[in-house]
Amino acid sequence: MTSENILVQVDQLSRFYGPLRAVDEISFEVKKGEVLGFLGPNGAGKSTTMQILSGNLAPSAGRVLINGIDLLDQPKQAKALLGYLPDQPPLYRELTVDEYLLYCARLNRIPAAQRKSALDVAKQRCGLTEVGRRLIGNLSKGYRQRVGIAQAIIHSPAVVILDEPTVGLDPIQIREIRHLISELRDEHSVILSTHILPEVQAICDRVQIISKGRLVLSDSIAGLQQRMRGESLWLTLRQPPELVALEKIVGEGQVESLGDGHFRIHAEQLEQQAERLVIEAVAQGWGLYEIRPERMSLEQIFVDITSSEYGMDAERLVS
Amino acid sequence: MMAFTIAGRELRSLFISPLAWSILAVVQLILAYMFLTQLDLFMALQSRLLGVAGAPGVTEIIAAPLLGNAAVVLLLVVPMLTMRLISEERRAQTLSLLFSAPLSMSEIVLGKFLGVMGFLLIMVLMIVLMPLSLLVGGSLDLGMLLAGTLGLVLLLASFAALGLFMSTLTEQPTIAAVSSFGVLLLLWIIDWAGGNSGASQASELFAYLSLLRHFESLLKGVFDSADVIYYLLFVTLFLAMSIRRLDADRLQH
Repeated sequence: MTSENILVQVDQLSRFYGPLRAVDEISFEVKKGEVLGFLGPNGAGKSTTMQILSGNLAPSAGRVLINGIDLLDQPKQAKALLGYLPDQPPLYRELTVDEYLLYCARLNRIPAAQRKSALDVAKQRCGLTEVGRRLIGNLSKGYRQRVGIAQAIIHSPAVVILDEPTVGLDPIQIREIRHLISELRDEHSVILSTHILPEVQAICDRVQIISKGRLVLSDSIAGLQQRMRGESLWLTLRQPPELVALEKIVGEGQVESLGDGHFRIHAEQLEQQAERLVIEAVAQGWGLYEIRPERMSLEQIFVDITSSEYGMDAERLVS
Repeated sequence: MMAFTIAGRELRSLFISPLAWSILAVVQLILAYMFLTQLDLFMALQSRLLGVAGAPGVTEIIAAPLLGNAAVVLLLVVPMLTMRLISEERRAQTLSLLFSAPLSMSEIVLGKFLGVMGFLLIMVLMIVLMPLSLLVGGSLDLGMLLAGTLGLVLLLASFAALGLFMSTLTEQPTIAAVSSFGVLLLLWIIDWAGGNSGASQASELFAYLSLLRHFESLLKGVFDSADVIYYLLFVTLFLAMSIRRLDADRLQH
């Protein structure tokens, strides 16, 4: 709580299920207006963490402060600042969208005079204006997910916690939901759990990777991009020269020939190397066709981190 | 008061589903039949009763048995109403909506309880309307009817509290229904123990625990605060246990 901007502070949070450590001494902070992505293979403890943050589960140890209010000591005040969408949206199928959202507004103690406008705003933001009078049970999965999100933001909470909001949706719906989430960041802090990697790249400011209940990486997206920058160049030439000619240009580095005019070049200071290679290739008429830095994908980083540090087979899980 | 919001939704959901309507209809039909047979009996006896001093009146012959029968019928029906309260929400994973809203556990439990009570009060009203209709052609012992109605309401509150507690224990509504019916029936007949072998210390205790015993005195028009307190304690106990049980959901197992 050193800064006023920190909305969520998590200290040494642990949760055991019998002998199983689902969450193991996790600490992190979320600032105002930040979208935090929570990544991890299935069963890594994402949902457990989300449930603890939302007050659905009590931690075995540690504490959660929402805007400086302890979630365990003053649950009512803290929960008033929270909006939570569990991995299964908590919808009453027998109610219409309007009835349901009004009920949620009442549960969140929105004064009667403001309920209608809160309902309209939430519906408009989630694209539900057309379906207000329809039964939730008759809506498609994408719409139900939106109702779930509308439920989480109807009382304009400071912190919105979304547990796998795009699971099971089609690509267009996923795009809409992502768009919605990036709109949310203007007014709310968002904590988002997912195991879909591009989603994190697309909408989050910061990423945390959790594996076997521990935080194994916590970095900004920019920092992650930095990590993703590779140490090699990919080069394709139509009329490739002898390997020696390339090695001469590269100097200290290594050149791998991959056949068909493809080369991979490992060297320090790749930008300068690339420049030199281009000049040389043009001068010698090698028929330069393609040159690009090779990047590690987020997926590779994810697999590296989750498998190297804890030796688990994460490859299967991220796909 | 947030409990009323939850109660309102509960009641609404009950009336949206056909369950509430069919229960109301079936109970009303059966009790109406019983009411009419009782009325028939009274008509047959009426002339003979005229001559006897201190003979039972209309209320004792018609209303008291009707309320007594209603208690037995509702013993079967209430578990069906209460079984879904928590277990269904747990199964559909909608409980997290309540858990993440700024509500205390007691508000949630109280809301659920009041929702069912609202429905049961409607049912009691419909039942009591039958003897009240006799006012058109005669007079009733209103005090006695009131005591009996109060007894029925208290009894139903006990049924509902116990059913609610059973519903917090499981994810399967049917299990909640069967177990609440079992426990209710046991508490109903618990005073049978030792009934044959004379009154021992234990059987008196069992008799005191019986849900039926306290209802019977109210049905006779005897308003004993001990009976009322018994029911209130019963309800409080099971509501408190439900709150504890739901709290335990979040805590370490």
